Amino acid sequence: MDLLMSLWEWLGENLVVVQILIKIVIIVAPLMLCVAYFTYAERKIIGYMQVRIGPNRVGPKGWLQPIADAVKLMFKEIIIPSGANKTLFLIAPVLTLGPALAAWAVFPFGDGLVLSNINAGLLYLIALTSVGVYGVIISGWASNSKYAFLGAMRSAAQIVSYEIAMGFALVGVLVAAGSLNLGEIVRAQEGEGGLFNWFWLPLFPLFLIYFVSGVAETNRAPFDVAEGESEIVAGFHVEYSGMPFAVFFLGEYANMILISALTSLLFLGGWLSPFNGWPLLGPMFDWVPGIVWLFIKTAFVGFFFLWLRATFPRYRYDQIMRLGWKVFIPITIVWIMVVGLAVVFEMPWWFD
Amino acid sequence: MNVLRDYIKSLFLLELMRGLALTGRYLFKKKFTVQYPEEKAPISPRFRGLHAQRRYASGEERCIACKLCEATCPALAITIEAEPRADGSRRTTRYDIDLFKCIFCGYCQESCPVDAIVETRLYEYHFENREDAIMTKEKLLAMGDKFEQQLAADIAAQSQYR
Repeated sequence: MDLLMSLWEWLGENLVVVQILIKIVIIVAPLMLCVAYFTYAERKIIGYMQVRIGPNRVGPKGWLQPIADAVKLMFKEIIIPSGANKTLFLIAPVLTLGPALAAWAVFPFGDGLVLSNINAGLLYLIALTSVGVYGVIISGWASNSKYAFLGAMRSAAQIVSYEIAMGFALVGVLVAAGSLNLGEIVRAQEGEGGLFNWFWLPLFPLFLIYFVSGVAETNRAPFDVAEGESEIVAGFHVEYSGMPFAVFFLGEYANMILISALTSLLFLGGWLSPFNGWPLLGPMFDWVPGIVWLFIKTAFVGFFFLWLRATFPRYRYDQIMRLGWKVFIPITIVWIMVVGLAVVFEMPWWFD
Repeated sequence: MNVLRDYIKSLFLLELMRGLALTGRYLFKKKFTVQYPEEKAPISPRFRGLHAQRRYASGEERCIACKLCEATCPALAITIEAEPRADGSRRTTRYDIDLFKCIFCGYCQESCPVDAIVETRLYEYHFENREDAIMTKEKLLAMGDKFEQQLAADIAAQSQYR
């Protein structure tokens, strides 16, 4: 153990790049596992909501199903349509997955447990989650297919619209926390009230809007017009097969996990215990490490993604636009005003 | 006033919440899925599976080559050729059911005056050659011998519906 620690310190002094690479692997490998099992959870939970039991054949209770899926996709042929722009066609899936993974660089898993503790963390996140849309647009264009192109157009318009509402929701958080650093934002939610000190209460409309915009950003049901199985086959990834398709799939689920994790970070107190400062329950749960709380919160928010998909039919395109522009943006602007006033007048509990 | 009420209703997502509550309830409902190879759903005595030809208790085949089944078959799946046998009784020399054509409507069983051609409860079978899809007279009689008890019981059970 001592040897490992001294090796680690030696790496930090002499080969920082290697040390950072190891840290990245430590973050990405469990993340990929989470993505795989998120697909399994989705099939199980949606199955249960439809009074089915979902996959249960591969391994005990179907636990090896995602592994089997991954292996199957890896061995499938990669078909590149003859009219497609080959380079862009292959770059597009990487462009969806890349930002979804890169965003985790500034993500604090615990107090100080962060790969790069930059002060513009929130800004970096807004920028990176926006880059994801390029993957969709490029794939739709490079496929040289009508359905893919339609899907890409829809997705571009949708993501650009919801970006604004999402950005405003984040502005609300940053006004409330007074910092762009994600660690600082979580620390600003710490208090004697436990879960009532988190931002979801004073910023409740922004919390909902951030989450719903996140669902729209990741092109998930009920906002999945970019895929729209019943209308445009599979939208932007009709022409994809094998591993490039798998990468799109990974990107979509990694994005979902990212949005869930960010929601729990920005509004649900990140690594903080929900019973923090409570008379009896507080000390009882002190031993639970912060990352476990973070994981539970992320899983909770992620469950909502699946719940929404099992419940709601797809939005009509013009209704999506109406919701984004005429409902979300006005509400966020009004609520930013409210939060601003609350901060200026130092409203007790949250902003004093 | 109505406009305002609708506005509040949609703003607070009331109907969406009700939808979520419904699926949330169903999450914990009992699941009915039958795990097929291990469990099987119950089968009605009137089930229409693979065909068979029956014999009388004496061992004499029932079919008298009246060709009613051939005539009634909507898919033209049955081919019959008949000749008088050495003892003078009218019997089939060929009785083929093409399972690629057969739609398992059960009209042959329905039309048969002597309950000779029947459909068994067997629904798990496969072919490895195209020729295997033709149920010849020998195969049909063999099926009948194999399932005679079950078939007799099933026919007795459904006699009340006829």
